[in-house]
Amino acid sequence: MYNYTDFDSAFIKERNAQFRAQVERRIDGALTEDEFKPLRLMNGLYLQLHAYMLRVAIPYGTLNSRQMHVLADIADNWDKGYGHFTTRQNIQYNWPELRDVPDMLDALAEVQMHAIQTSGNTIRNVTADHFAGAAADEIADPRPVAELIRQWSTDHPEFQFLPRKFKVAVTGSPNDRAVTRAHDIGLRMIERDGLAGFEVIVGGGLGRTPMIGKVLKDFLPREDLLPYLEAIVSVYNLLGRRDNKYKARIKITVHENGLDDFKARVEERYALIRPQFSGVDQQMLAAIEADFALPTFRKEAVRDYHDARQHYPAFRSWADTNLAEHREPDYAIVTISLKAHGATPGDATSGQMRLMADLAKRYGHDELRISHEQNVILPHVHKNDLPSVYSALRAAGLGTANVGLISDIIACPGMDYCALATARSIPIAQEIATRFDELKLEHDVGPLKIKISGCINACGHHHVGHIGILGLDRAGVENYQITLGGDGTQDASIGERAGPGFSAEEIIPAVERLVMAYLDLRSEPAETFLQTYRRLGLAPFKAALYPEAQANAA
Amino acid sequence: MAREFKPKVVTANALLEGDVIYQTASGWTRDLSQAEVLTDEADADLRLIDASQQTDLVVGAYLADVDASGATPKPTHFREDFRARGPSNYAHGKQEALSNV
Repeated sequence: MYNYTDFDSAFIKERNAQFRAQVERRIDGALTEDEFKPLRLMNGLYLQLHAYMLRVAIPYGTLNSRQMHVLADIADNWDKGYGHFTTRQNIQYNWPELRDVPDMLDALAEVQMHAIQTSGNTIRNVTADHFAGAAADEIADPRPVAELIRQWSTDHPEFQFLPRKFKVAVTGSPNDRAVTRAHDIGLRMIERDGLAGFEVIVGGGLGRTPMIGKVLKDFLPREDLLPYLEAIVSVYNLLGRRDNKYKARIKITVHENGLDDFKARVEERYALIRPQFSGVDQQMLAAIEADFALPTFRKEAVRDYHDARQHYPAFRSWADTNLAEHREPDYAIVTISLKAHGATPGDATSGQMRLMADLAKRYGHDELRISHEQNVILPHVHKNDLPSVYSALRAAGLGTANVGLISDIIACPGMDYCALATARSIPIAQEIATRFDELKLEHDVGPLKIKISGCINACGHHHVGHIGILGLDRAGVENYQITLGGDGTQDASIGERAGPGFSAEEIIPAVERLVMAYLDLRSEPAETFLQTYRRLGLAPFKAALYPEAQANAA
Repeated sequence: MAREFKPKVVTANALLEGDVIYQTASGWTRDLSQAEVLTDEADADLRLIDASQQTDLVVGAYLADVDASGATPKPTHFREDFRARGPSNYAHGKQEALSNV
């Protein structure tokens, strides 16, 4: 993992001292709220419905056990004993008091963490494949590049006041687990003629105008990355609209000006600034890469794992859903579900955080990851240790065998916390998970991604859910719209709106009708919901959702 | 004909704690039932200006509709109902304070 240099530590320390003074000046009245708000947002502090919220970056979703322990301590010392892991690989604390936030930031700095640029119109926390450095299907570990981008973008003087927020995601695998096509810039590490480089995707995004990103450069040599990124953001900074917040994201800039025009401007800018990059960035990247050297994997024949699979059905079920293929055949990637049926998606108590940290330390080469799907990952576990890991997780309420299934739901905080929300998300996720647990159907249903947003800003990624749910306020009542067929992978697509929305009471039965229809419609058990949808289209699912309309038409 | 003025309360978040507060005749309360109900539009505007000037105490003051037909004001919109109570996934926020009484 990346270790802070003296420069990094001094920078964070200075920023925290500045923010401490800013908080004091706000409290003693020297700063108005209008003056203070941009300052607190630059440091990840929001004011939400019931309290302040501190959003802490977990760069590219990677952390070690010591950092996870501190996240748990912060939850106990200054919050209500839990934290919420988000779709942007951050953690949010929902209940801090203003006076305590500088102490929370200092505690984070002790373990090389911060909340800088987790808000505001800046380049946000750079996200990456949560299986980075471990996945069997990976070309290269995307995290060194993500770290380089973090260093380049943090406090970048030209990019502190962009037209709007700016999100970058990187994947090193052809199987895109980082939703790169729904980011302002998505980077896919590729190889061409033996050379390492990137496919650069631009102008993707969800929100009120969902768009799949477009390929701006089909092959960018690796060493040209930073100047090319700087050229893109620089063009956007000047060209992006500042007159209308809803048209300010780069997806609109690219859409309104056209990809060719945008590309020409980027190339022109690139030609101008390329000579300024003398290669120092590549030297830094080489140093960062050394920090991400693979752990020394244990050589030991796999034995206990097979025994446990044979004798313990619960373990086998968990292993079938929650493990992914590791680059080392004797190892596995463990996804710990933060989606126990009926629980709040993405929440972990301080006790659970400590347990996961201890398991990572003991069995997982001291590494943890946070996924955009709001789960926690132990990326490197020897298969012989899996039974021990599972039983410890299970005892802590973390043994749910549902990763990738219908109850592994992404849900934004919604109107239970968020000031922007138009409806609640969490209770809908809780009820869907509880219902399908009662039906004992989810393993039969198989891979199915439900994603729920509590407003049009789409933090819950509903546009790329196989079943997407969008909560709205319709004449003072919560109302839920369904979209179908969305996909956040390399075959990304935006879901199609199914029809009129449903009330909070109607939405769970509506989802159930959809799933039952799928079970009837699929050509064979191996055909997933998304495949069936792509084969048959919206009509049969619409008929299941709106049986009355069907009856009236008949 | 002039539009009917619906009863209102002035609400905001507390600067230090961040939680939901309501204006009373003489200060602020954390309990909606204690809030001052405003039935006159001009009066409500003045009370909001007064609240907005208290920048050392409150953030983001605004007027929220209430149902004033009972003994105490009640929220009319679900958002205000959640603000007055707390989140639905945990007994945190105001519902926690109430259960500790």
